[in-house]
Amino acid sequence: MSRIASRFAELRAVNRAALIPYITAGDPHPDQTVGLMHHLVAQGADLLELGVPFSDPMADGPVIQRAIERALAHQVSMHDVLAMVRAFRQTDPTTPVLLMGYLNPIEIFGYEAFAREAAASGVDGVLTVDMPPEETAGYNEALQAAGLDRIFLVSPTTPARRVKVIAQKGSGFVYYVSLKGVTGAKTLDVADVEQHLATLRSQIELPLGVGFGIHDAVSAAQVARIADAVVVGSALVHLIETHMNDPEVMRQALGGLVAEMRAAMNQARRQGG
Amino acid sequence: MPTAAIDFTQYPDEHGHFGPYGGIFAPETLMAPLEELAEAYARVKNDPAFQAELDADLADYVGRPSPLYLAKRLTEELGGAKIYLKREDLNHTGAHKVNNTIGQALLAKRLGKTRIIAETGAGQHGVASATVAARLGLECVVYMGADDVVRQAPNVARMKMLGATVVPVTSGTRTLKDALNEAMRDWVTNVDNTFYIIGTVAGPHPYPMIVRDFQAVIGREARRQCLEKEGRLPDALVACVGGGSNAIGLFYPFLGDESVKLYGGEAGGLGLETGQHAAPVCAGRPGVLHGNRTYLMEDENGQIIGTHSISAGLDYPGVGPEHAWLKDTGRANYVAITDDEALEGFRMLTRSEGIIPALESSHAIAYAMKLAPTMDKDAIIIVNLSGRGDKDMNTIARIEGFEF
Repeated sequence: MSRIASRFAELRAVNRAALIPYITAGDPHPDQTVGLMHHLVAQGADLLELGVPFSDPMADGPVIQRAIERALAHQVSMHDVLAMVRAFRQTDPTTPVLLMGYLNPIEIFGYEAFAREAAASGVDGVLTVDMPPEETAGYNEALQAAGLDRIFLVSPTTPARRVKVIAQKGSGFVYYVSLKGVTGAKTLDVADVEQHLATLRSQIELPLGVGFGIHDAVSAAQVARIADAVVVGSALVHLIETHMNDPEVMRQALGGLVAEMRAAMNQARRQGG
Repeated sequence: MPTAAIDFTQYPDEHGHFGPYGGIFAPETLMAPLEELAEAYARVKNDPAFQAELDADLADYVGRPSPLYLAKRLTEELGGAKIYLKREDLNHTGAHKVNNTIGQALLAKRLGKTRIIAETGAGQHGVASATVAARLGLECVVYMGADDVVRQAPNVARMKMLGATVVPVTSGTRTLKDALNEAMRDWVTNVDNTFYIIGTVAGPHPYPMIVRDFQAVIGREARRQCLEKEGRLPDALVACVGGGSNAIGLFYPFLGDESVKLYGGEAGGLGLETGQHAAPVCAGRPGVLHGNRTYLMEDENGQIIGTHSISAGLDYPGVGPEHAWLKDTGRANYVAITDDEALEGFRMLTRSEGIIPALESSHAIAYAMKLAPTMDKDAIIIVNLSGRGDKDMNTIARIEGFEF
């Protein structure tokens, strides 16, 4: 069983939803990323999603675009991101790490070489925003052979026929994009998400995570009641941006939001739902 | 690879692949709308009513067919092959771009979309989109790199007068590629009521195919006109290549005619050796950007790198996937034309024929100037004069050192 699958099994056993914070690798500075990863885990993260910087992030809103630009100002490459995960793994052998990004940095690496190196560095899964299941020939095989989970997105526009394909090709969990839009949008229609998740449950056996639009403890708790995982990105990245000139304040702000979300999510589950 | 063995009319395949290129590398939210677009296009492609409406618009609104003009003085000056110009510069709005926006706007109407978005570099596609939106009474938002907004001020004014909203894009390199990113983000967000008119043969499938088919009117006319005037096919076709829509439009109806050689002129900028250019086919490598796999200008880590060209319309780090396929199969040849060579082409055509070409099209003229003298006097070259140069007067004035 992969580290991601085990983690979801453990959480299910204690009736908890997974909290998955996202940060962009190298933001605000490459030296800070590994420390921030440990900090997020200490404050209650169950899995980590690490963004791989790409020059043309067409699915990201302005907050994450700027984070990527800050990382690219330090020339953070895929090799650097893998080195960060390797460093993180030296003291945390259990928290699953998922890379999120765009295809071209993987394409130029070569699918097999990338999969081998990512797995050796301690990466557990890969979510490539512009890689739909239809184009995964070679890619999926390489990730699978290296023991990496293939995380795919499902959106409100995904028809049932494609959900079936995604359920077959994906592993680890499936990431439901809660709204039509880019990362960082603020509107979350919980009733609508709940309805979609109910439909997806009948088609997908993998755990269902929800992301886009979750920005505080209240929205995290609402989603924790209905999903297996809550992904939060832009809200954290926004705190990094706001406090990037004062690393200690930044750590406190990030840790504070994650801890609040953790507590609210646990409470939501205890109250049933 | 022997090109005779390849039936180029069979591409792309149903998933949008041209050999290893093309495809659909799009965020999940766009997968269903792209499929809907492909289905809608498949329906109208063979629908006589749609084609009749399109043909009528091309004739009466755009002014087609555009002439195939024998450039006598230019031919004499160069002392080689006969040079014909396909006069896309005479189209309404001044370039070939409108052939595509007319077609896609009709598609948008069929799909019941009320809002049009577009990306633009030089502003020609933005103007062509704003024009058809005005004509059909649709809302229009054009994304344009903030640097290009400054470089191409006259076209920004035209778009605004036509009622479009021009949004300057300040992310990334503040040019065409970033405008495309921003248009994609808009589309993901407003997918229910919005139709994205992509201006070149790039983007995810079915766009490269749709834009090619709408632009192929250029080649169909040129083929017929050449047969009428000369009684035979041309020996060579020359077009400039940024994303590559005017080139593929001219080339496509000739792909099966093996005797016709195809030449695409990319933006060589300050010279390939300087790295300051926009010539991914000549000097780039395959990768994935903006929804398709193709040749790209990228660094060793897969980051897209900045481009340079004197012409904003060629200033793009990728190229349509069908061009990547035509290069690999050897069916078409791609060459880099520097800024200085393009300027020579610009001056040459202006002075010898009284036709002021766009700086983009000047790259094609410049390659014809190299090619023609190497060919017999009875050989025939068709050059796609994809647009007129009015929009470039500020740039030219600065270079030539005169003021308005």
